[in-house]
Amino acid sequence: MTQVIIIVCYMGLLIGLGLISRMSFRGTAKDYFVASQSIGPFVLLMSVFGTTMTAFALVGSTGEAYKAGIGVYGLLASWSGLVHAAVFFLIGIKLWSYGSRYGYVTQIQFFRDRFESSSLGLLLFPILVALVIPYLLTGLLGAGGFIKAITAGSFPDLFTETGGAIPNWLTSFVICGVVLFYIFFGGLRGAAWANTFQTIVFMIVGIITFIVISRGIGGPVAATQAVMEKHPELLTRESEFTKLHFLTYGFVPLSVGMFPHLFQHWLTAKSAKTFRLTVVAHPIFIMIVWAPCVMIGVWASSALMPDGSLVVPIKHPPNSELGIMIGKLTGPLLGGILSAGVLAAIMSSLDSQFVCLGTMFTNDIVLHHFGKDRFSDRQQVMLARGFIIAIVAITFALSLAEPRRVFTLGVWCFSGFASLFPIVFASVYWRRVTRMGAFASIFATIVVWLLLFAASDYGKDRTFLFLGMMPVATIFTASAAALIGVSLMTQPPSQATIDKFIIPRPGGIY
Amino acid sequence: MRIAVYIAAVLLAILHQDFWLWDNDTLVFDFLPVGLAYHIGYSIAAAAVWAAAIKYAWPSHVEDFAEGDPKAENSGS
Repeated sequence: MTQVIIIVCYMGLLIGLGLISRMSFRGTAKDYFVASQSIGPFVLLMSVFGTTMTAFALVGSTGEAYKAGIGVYGLLASWSGLVHAAVFFLIGIKLWSYGSRYGYVTQIQFFRDRFESSSLGLLLFPILVALVIPYLLTGLLGAGGFIKAITAGSFPDLFTETGGAIPNWLTSFVICGVVLFYIFFGGLRGAAWANTFQTIVFMIVGIITFIVISRGIGGPVAATQAVMEKHPELLTRESEFTKLHFLTYGFVPLSVGMFPHLFQHWLTAKSAKTFRLTVVAHPIFIMIVWAPCVMIGVWASSALMPDGSLVVPIKHPPNSELGIMIGKLTGPLLGGILSAGVLAAIMSSLDSQFVCLGTMFTNDIVLHHFGKDRFSDRQQVMLARGFIIAIVAITFALSLAEPRRVFTLGVWCFSGFASLFPIVFASVYWRRVTRMGAFASIFATIVVWLLLFAASDYGKDRTFLFLGMMPVATIFTASAAALIGVSLMTQPPSQATIDKFIIPRPGGIY
Repeated sequence: MRIAVYIAAVLLAILHQDFWLWDNDTLVFDFLPVGLAYHIGYSIAAAAVWAAAIKYAWPSHVEDFAEGDPKAENSGS
């Protein structure tokens, strides 16, 4: 009960933050969508980091390390440290400059102009929405599984069907409600502020969680020794990794280049220099969050309670390993604080994704096709809010269905985004890329993604590889080949478009 | 120097594939598997490479572009 009270208080704090951000809201659409490009280095770092770290990073990494061992860190965290920062530096700053100079607020606006095609935007919109929804689902499933595990037995009379635990649907409902509240008032500024606050919370809480859990199972040395005796394969990469699998995971973090919500966060930056702190600190922040989660997951495989039983029973629901560890190894007060920290990480991604989808619908569909002058700023904001509610309702309904493991769902979603990366890379660095090349790349991604997703039994096969590689390697290659091949075979873009988007570096190389 | 930074980034990408630690179960500080310790160090090295990129390969021409012709602003469709 104490845990639930603390979580409710935390939700109250977020609602308060939403009300405060309302005072800074300038009432314009630009302020709602990109915070009037006024965000400084610290808030940009925290909001970008908070947005990229979701249930996938905390609940998902712990659960995957429980099964697959320490290699999980190398698969995603260390690759992400290098690749995310590279994308921010090489792509993010350029996209920010286009947004700043030409007034874009969405990724699709940029692509439409860059590829001289309105229909490209129409094609990209449902694809991006369809890829963001599973990403949202990872948040809701992660939160639901976590809260269910940590509240097991707390309300035996109220929730009989879950053995007294708060059911997934209720957690999803409350989280969606709170996030909706603060983004309704503050738009992306509200999301950025909430992200900053929540990122600070979950990073501090993450370190505390690591210390408390490691003490609860006898200290790091004893915990690792227990793994050495029972599951030594988890301390190396002999469990389920091949070298090709490990290598081709490097494609997955390229997804950040195509995340529409990250594009929107980049556009909030006050200047290009604002990116500097984000580029440097992002790999370190990933390490601070992922390394403890991976170790906790590995320890969870072998840690014992004082009575000799496993802390995490062999049979347990997906996405519940971290929640079980916290629930069994901490007191109610600390457990409540730690739970709030985990929810903070999850909600700090949901908010940006919600705002982004509303922004895309308003700008890329309604305003673009029906005319910007027909809608006042207030009406634009209302349209965005309406679409956000619709998406939240769909995601909530999907979260009630059979849950997949957060990690698996996340990887398939990221694979789709990563496979579209050649388009954004070529759009800023290759003057010869064409509209038809972009279309071909998108179609290649859709076809190959669907074929491989079906071959993996629609994500049920957690260890599915194609030709010994991560499926994303094949999808990405097909996408890049289609982009390059078709671009070279079709008419180049107009000189005016090339001049508008290709920024020559003094000395000749971009 | 800019080229050196990009070479360092490519080298770092190659060093991700630490096959020599694949089945090494040595523990650092008696609790941290060496394979994980290596990749923690790798994350720190990634931060260092991008810090060097900011110092030696900063795209100031992109900043200039963003602050360019004000008439071009708000022309996004």
